[in-house]
Amino acid sequence: MANEKTVIMDNSGIKRAITRISHEILERNKGLTDVVLIGIRSGGAFLAEEIGRVTEVIEGVKAPVGAVDITLYRDDVSGQLPHQAVGKTAIPFSLEGKRVVLVDDVLYTGRTIRAAMDAMMDHGRPACIQLAVLIDRGHRELPIRADFVGRNVPTSIKENVAVRFDDENLPIEVVLEK
Amino acid sequence: MAEFKHKDIIALRDLTKEEMELLLSTAESMREINSRDIKKVPTLRGKTIINLFYEASTRTRTSFEIAGKRLSADTVNIAPSNSSATKGETLADTALNLLAMKPDIIVMRHAVSGSHYFLSAKMPGCSIINAGDGTHEHPSQGLLDMLTIKDRFGRLDGLKVAIVGDITHSRVARSDIQGLTKMGSSVYLAGPPTMMPPGAERLGNVTVCATMREAVQDADVVIMLRIQQERQGKTLMPNAREYSRYFGLNPLNLKLAKPDAMVMHPGPINRGVEMSSYVVDGSQSHILKQVENGVAVRMAMLYHVCGGELE
Repeated sequence: MANEKTVIMDNSGIKRAITRISHEILERNKGLTDVVLIGIRSGGAFLAEEIGRVTEVIEGVKAPVGAVDITLYRDDVSGQLPHQAVGKTAIPFSLEGKRVVLVDDVLYTGRTIRAAMDAMMDHGRPACIQLAVLIDRGHRELPIRADFVGRNVPTSIKENVAVRFDDENLPIEVVLEK
Repeated sequence: MAEFKHKDIIALRDLTKEEMELLLSTAESMREINSRDIKKVPTLRGKTIINLFYEASTRTRTSFEIAGKRLSADTVNIAPSNSSATKGETLADTALNLLAMKPDIIVMRHAVSGSHYFLSAKMPGCSIINAGDGTHEHPSQGLLDMLTIKDRFGRLDGLKVAIVGDITHSRVARSDIQGLTKMGSSVYLAGPPTMMPPGAERLGNVTVCATMREAVQDADVVIMLRIQQERQGKTLMPNAREYSRYFGLNPLNLKLAKPDAMVMHPGPINRGVEMSSYVVDGSQSHILKQVENGVAVRMAMLYHVCGGELE
């Protein structure tokens, strides 16, 4: 099968999308009071750092940024636990009463988000959880929707959408693989 | 990174450097769970783990039980005093009976070296984890020792590690030697000649020392072993006081090691025999850190043997 790759969002497109998402997060939460950004490893964690930087430039205050690895919360555990190492969850602050903004790169079936929300609940009871994603590619299998979306990309199930990052974990581009 | 594709973890001898690195890396991630208010993740929900301990154990059994529970598995403990073994059931029959109850993992401690390989062959669909077999290996202790050393130095290669005591009867020593030498540490063994197995120098990058002084000199890590009075005959040492004089760790001979050297012991400790209380409770002692790391390491072991399709 030919592996056809199309760039559907370039570097400046990603930057603009992140800037808009950052403004929307600030607007919705009326600033950064009690807001914490939690990225889902690995891509979402890098994007959460980016959103953290951009919102800091706009508001002049820095929201706490954490990262969550959802491997241990996956729902496909019984048959197919992955062989790979479990990544580190780094949430060095309590989520009790916080406005959590979950960040992921690509929203697809929603199962990752479900797992991430379960993980959040084990770290305290947040006041609310919002979801920010760079790409929403559709095909949800759970009743989950994003609050902040970089771009909606209609895809076929056979295709794959990937956000590529450079060595410093900054986003380069979004590619659609057929 | 490497993938873990073994059904069982019976000996560190069977694992590659990459596989051990993977287990240690997962253990580091598991530690985060142990520091939470809610110390539980749903990963092994619906899995059944049987802890089958034919030999006495507090630390290891409790540690495996907590590890299983923190991963949401159902853990069941079977001890020899209330099992059928006292009624004469063979290990093979016990295995077949347990298999009929469809456990996913059996964690076993047994006095016979290599009994886990036997059990594994009898139980194709079930993972076997060795919690100590005779004088063969104790892989979870080996891994937690490696993790504790890695925490302190950030690496395992290029370190001088002294292991002192009853090497012959120590499964901890064998797992430590297998693991540490594969990771690039240099291991120095010391102990009374009656407690030093023939051919010890062939176990890897291992140096057998005539005196404790030689092993501890400039060491980064000193691992003291317990005198296993239940396993050895009466003739291996004259008495505890004489043993302590030649092979016990005290503040004086600890000074021979590097100033920032760490001291470890697999427990339980015979205070005043292999180590003076001053060293056990001293600032260089990492003994309780070892116990803490034990839960994380065992969570990583349980997690990885449950992984996906097997080779």
